[in-house]
Amino acid sequence: MNAEALLYCDTHEWVFVTDEDGQQIATVGISAFAVEQLTDLVYMELPTVGAAVTGGEEFGEVESVKAVSALYSPVSGTVIEVNEGLPDNLDILNSDPYSAGWIMKVKVDGALPANLLDYDAYQRQCGESG
Amino acid sequence: MNEAAPSNPSQTALFQWHVAQDARMVDFAGWEMPIQYTSIVEEHQATRNNVTLFDVSHMGRLRFNGDGAGALLDRMLTRSVSDMQVGQVRYSLICNHEGGILDDVLVYHLETPSGTRYFLLVVNASNRNKIIQWIEAQWPDEAAVELCDRTLETSMLAIQGPKALETVEPLLSIQVSGMKYFHAKVTNQMNKPCIVSRTGYTGEDGVELIIRKDQTAHILQNILAAGRKFDISPAGLGARDTLRLEAAMPLYGHELNESINPLEAGLGFAVSWQDGQGNDRDFIGRDALADLQSAGLQKRRVGLQLEGRRAAREGYSVLRAGQPIGTVTSGTYSPTLERPISMAYVDLQYAEVGTEVEVDIRGKSVSATVCCLPFYKRTG
Repeated sequence: MNAEALLYCDTHEWVFVTDEDGQQIATVGISAFAVEQLTDLVYMELPTVGAAVTGGEEFGEVESVKAVSALYSPVSGTVIEVNEGLPDNLDILNSDPYSAGWIMKVKVDGALPANLLDYDAYQRQCGESG
Repeated sequence: MNEAAPSNPSQTALFQWHVAQDARMVDFAGWEMPIQYTSIVEEHQATRNNVTLFDVSHMGRLRFNGDGAGALLDRMLTRSVSDMQVGQVRYSLICNHEGGILDDVLVYHLETPSGTRYFLLVVNASNRNKIIQWIEAQWPDEAAVELCDRTLETSMLAIQGPKALETVEPLLSIQVSGMKYFHAKVTNQMNKPCIVSRTGYTGEDGVELIIRKDQTAHILQNILAAGRKFDISPAGLGARDTLRLEAAMPLYGHELNESINPLEAGLGFAVSWQDGQGNDRDFIGRDALADLQSAGLQKRRVGLQLEGRRAAREGYSVLRAGQPIGTVTSGTYSPTLERPISMAYVDLQYAEVGTEVEVDIRGKSVSATVCCLPFYKRTG
């Protein structure tokens, strides 16, 4: 997926929304900037399929040698699929965070939150904090 | 720390160099220090396999001059100091009157090229001001001792790893490979005194250099040039932490603090009750430690081996049948062992190696086993 076509949370998750027969499906991952900041990833806890997630709330966690970070859902809805192979191959997040490194797919409830950032706005935020 | 961190953190002589290396800088005990240059795991492995260079100039360096220095330090430290040979280095603790640990230190007995003998204390950055105040408050009026805080006039570099001695040997006028571990010598670098010690905080062989601040950049370049054939690279505080944790070395503020005593911390080897002649020693904290020992200890520092990949980190509860029996003080994923490792204090009855316990990892109970320390010991 093209990083410039994605929307971002200020907590460094990305989301790509498609329309499937009138139902919005969101694919969620974490940004290259987040992966670079975390470095040395050792563990990821995925949500379970069928779980409800809420925009802005924790849905999983990622752990590096140094620390544990929560993963926050960009959207509200129901988890319909998770990237089962990812926790055993976290290196994918270094090479391909926006496609092979996806984390979960969510059947979106309601409208997308208004506070998601486009690529340029997200890059500006990373520039300020990085 | 007793004091608020200064609003402007101190910078070491290599601050600009760290920034130029693209290091991630953090405020550590009032100093702007590199936490990592590339990745903690890479820097950790480079230390275990080759050689790395750490800027440890934030550590406090306190020099004690004068005839009364040995006697003063004998009273301050849990190990005897005045019987040290010139060139010896000892690990010791400084306790308060209750036996709580104020700091863990290295004490060096040194002699300048002109023949003046003195002692040097290397203290934790976070405790430097506290220790200076503590020692000054205990100063006997008649003591012929002068305390010089040399921290800001000097730098300290640690060269660590199996190739560390080969890296520094050509640069020095002394043969470090002929020096024993925990020994030190004052030598010259560009006609300026340089303290060379075979010490470190990584569990590997290595050398630490204390040099004049204005020589730091030059000596750094010499070390990097000499280490190039061994792929020398800089390593930051992140790798320093994972390395020392594998080696089960305690870190002040984590395994050690003023409400922990040396016996619970498993540092009884660093308490000498008697001097070299077999006479009882008098040092601050002795009476309290003797009482604690005869009353029996309550808890003990242990290693924990965990299942899975999630590390039990500082502050997590250690449980047995759901009941709290202790607390994790440090934990990480071990790059060498490729599994999570932790140190914790647990109630004495659960401190036996092999005891099955659980750790509450963010609400989930994970099985753990009390294991032998250290987690890693170098061979050879």
